[in-house]
Amino acid sequence: MGNDVMESFKQSYEKEVSLTGKEILQQLVENAEIACEEKVPMCQDTGYAVIFVELGQDVRIEGGDFYEAINEGVRRGYTEGYLRKSIVSHPLERKNTGDNTPAVIHTKIVPGDNLRIIVAPKGGGSENMSAFKMLRPADGIEGVKDFVIDTVRKAGPNPCPPVVVGVGVGGTFEKSAQLAKEALLRELGEKSKHPDIAKLEEELFEEINKLGIGPQGLGGRTTALAVHVEIYAAHIASLPVAVNLNCHAARHKEVVF
Amino acid sequence: MTQIKLTTPLSDDVVEKLRIGQRVSISGKIYTGRDAAHKKLVELLEQGKELPFDPKGQIIYYVGPTPAKPGKVIGSAGPTTSYRMDPYAPKLYEVGLKATIGKGRRSPEVINAMKEFKGVYLTAVGGAAALIARSIKEAKVIAYPELGPEAVRELVVEDFPVIVVNDTLGGDLYDEGIKIYAAK
Repeated sequence: MGNDVMESFKQSYEKEVSLTGKEILQQLVENAEIACEEKVPMCQDTGYAVIFVELGQDVRIEGGDFYEAINEGVRRGYTEGYLRKSIVSHPLERKNTGDNTPAVIHTKIVPGDNLRIIVAPKGGGSENMSAFKMLRPADGIEGVKDFVIDTVRKAGPNPCPPVVVGVGVGGTFEKSAQLAKEALLRELGEKSKHPDIAKLEEELFEEINKLGIGPQGLGGRTTALAVHVEIYAAHIASLPVAVNLNCHAARHKEVVF
Repeated sequence: MTQIKLTTPLSDDVVEKLRIGQRVSISGKIYTGRDAAHKKLVELLEQGKELPFDPKGQIIYYVGPTPAKPGKVIGSAGPTTSYRMDPYAPKLYEVGLKATIGKGRRSPEVINAMKEFKGVYLTAVGGAAALIARSIKEAKVIAYPELGPEAVRELVVEDFPVIVVNDTLGGDLYDEGIKIYAAK
């Protein structure tokens, strides 16, 4: 967990009006400190290994299958790091693969000769509360806000609030979902570079924290730690919106070669 | 806030006195089980077979812990979301289970089963998995080792902290919280 989340816990603690809410936020800080000190996971759900790769177009990878190399890294990391193996090989037969592979890998080709790898383990509890909807262009910004707020309201206590809300608006069916996931990679509270979208993020953040769900859903004003919205061009007929919820274990680390 | 100390197994008397919002600390043996194990447990009940543990007066903790590091009894061990066990939970309350520990809302069917069979639903703080692990003193797999993190474990806990979310009267702490803190 990054310092951004820890800072956010502390700020939320100051603002939280519910005593139970404050108590829970304090436990989350204490938990993160124990996890750091004992080098154990802060949450037992050490996630689906979601990997974002930015491959410079001048990079040449030799000597084997790149995706297999990533999976080998996941295999070693989860085994040697005493992380939980949470992946079943077939969604219906549901037999555990035993090493947390395969990873979900998103690759982007970018200019340059660097290789950037972002590892973002994603917990199942909050993933399960994520949602997607094809709105009509006429629904506009109000439609987007209603859908995002409604998704957080319906999720209630399930995704381990306080949550981080990743929203993708525009593109196609799958593009909006990927944008929502990418929105979770931002440092908490880092605003969109589009002024209108930054304003939307702020409004959503305020509205969500008025829902009363609070830490762990037991009531309070800290329901979201941040709302991040990513946008993309849309078809004249479409206004897709995807909401990817993340729990407060908003984990991501990156390495650049 | 005052804490009610409970030791397993739990009697109907003790469970019926619990009310939503109360802080409870649990000591004694409890059992773990989540998605895959619940499917197997309920299949056993449907076939009229015995469970790997006697559910009477017991507690099931919905958790799939991380592997224990050398010298530790268990890894990180926080609650998982409970609604996924809703299709199975009424059957377990019916055969004498007194409490479940998880996070998130239960279905009307589970809430009714708790009223009918005198059970409660408790929550531990989701994500506080390293902190919670400190109150787990012993852990051993008693069934389905092939399920890995989803195996059924018998835990010995000491002052394991939980909050009552649903009681035997049908109360729901999540509804109460929103009533108080939603901006009017």
